[in-house]
Amino acid sequence: MGSLPRRTSIQVETADPAAVREQHLLRRVQAGEKKLFYELVKPYQGRVYSAAFAVLRNEADAEDAAQEAILKAFTHIKQFRAEARFSTWLIQIAVNEALMRRRRAHSEIMEPIGERQEEDGNYTPRDFADWREIPSEALERKEIRQKLAEAVAMLTQKYREVFILRDVQQLSIEESAEVLGISRASVKTRLLRARLMLRDMLAPGLSGAWFARLPFEKGSKPW
Amino acid sequence: MVVNCEHVWQEISNYLEGEVDPALRATMEAHFKECKHCTAVLDGTRNVVQLYGDDRLFELPAGFSQRLQRRLADETSSSGFRSARSLWMLAVAATALIAGGLTLGNSSVFRQPDLRSPLAMPPHGVPASLMVAVSDDGKVFHVPGCKYLHKHDAENLRMMSAADALRQGYAPCVRCLRQYLSARVVCSPPSSEPRLIVERWPSLATDPGL
Repeated sequence: MGSLPRRTSIQVETADPAAVREQHLLRRVQAGEKKLFYELVKPYQGRVYSAAFAVLRNEADAEDAAQEAILKAFTHIKQFRAEARFSTWLIQIAVNEALMRRRRAHSEIMEPIGERQEEDGNYTPRDFADWREIPSEALERKEIRQKLAEAVAMLTQKYREVFILRDVQQLSIEESAEVLGISRASVKTRLLRARLMLRDMLAPGLSGAWFARLPFEKGSKPW
Repeated sequence: MVVNCEHVWQEISNYLEGEVDPALRATMEAHFKECKHCTAVLDGTRNVVQLYGDDRLFELPAGFSQRLQRRLADETSSSGFRSARSLWMLAVAATALIAGGLTLGNSSVFRQPDLRSPLAMPPHGVPASLMVAVSDDGKVFHVPGCKYLHKHDAENLRMMSAADALRQGYAPCVRCLRQYLSARVVCSPPSSEPRLIVERWPSLATDPGL
């Protein structure tokens, strides 16, 4: 038992060759070598997309927002200061772009209604299935990835945003708070709920039901 | 310290983040050893965090990178075009400014008005306050009493300053105000017709003139 290993320190990352390469690329792009910009954002495309997806819950809209966010970063690259990580800056632009599009589309009315709970009340886990092991092949299977994506899409907006930033994007609590413009305490409260709700949604399947061998699956003998 | 299940659930996320104090951590770990439900919640929550932290989870839509690179290339070329267009527009604006300046410079506000007679020579050094005589339908102004005033002119004479006369397009009389003309009439050899030779004269007026 214990805490999870996380990427938390900017100082640690600056010693990373990838971080050094990123700093070098960043300086060249800011100096006018615009054709290198794609190399700079390439490692973060997925994270920018998933940040937009966290808000919009729709692949096409998320792609539009993610691409627009990257173009905005391209246009304003000279404004980036190394006070934050480049990835955090990009994700912040993506979240803002997605939030703006969501406001424009008034999609709040489409929020799922099943998981709404007031932030002030305590969340009580509903399922106590024993889910000790993550099957090693879990994420190799497209249908498992699909179920995980569906589950996170079921979360209410405010929980989904925090969860994606912290647990998918691996931003720190402070960075997540900054991107969303909320307090550190709110991030922690929402994160707890998001994790517990997802666990309730996923535990029954990942504790066994989704891994039951089908009659004609490879290795089985239907006769 | 004793904790119940509900307290453990509320701290489980902080426990995973490593953000509980050592005393609470020890108490929670003791609780987990005895409570199967809380252990299941802890294991499941940790699994959620680990599963969603896997880069394979959110795949980019097919063709995302290609579309992005295309848009960036378009943006790069259009920003180059915008820069070129900015320079081009700057040049156009400068040309327009110069042309406008010239037009303005040639307007009646800034230049001498057209002379009423196309043959009249521009004056030079006429004292602005000199009172001169003009007629409405004449083309030149005269010193009062000039013997070259036409009879018709003499009947419609009015007095004004040389400055006003010049503003209204009158030219100095080539007789009575000859010294203020910037052209002089010279006599050609007798065999030929008299002609005007345009020649810049040095300023003849000693007081500030026009």
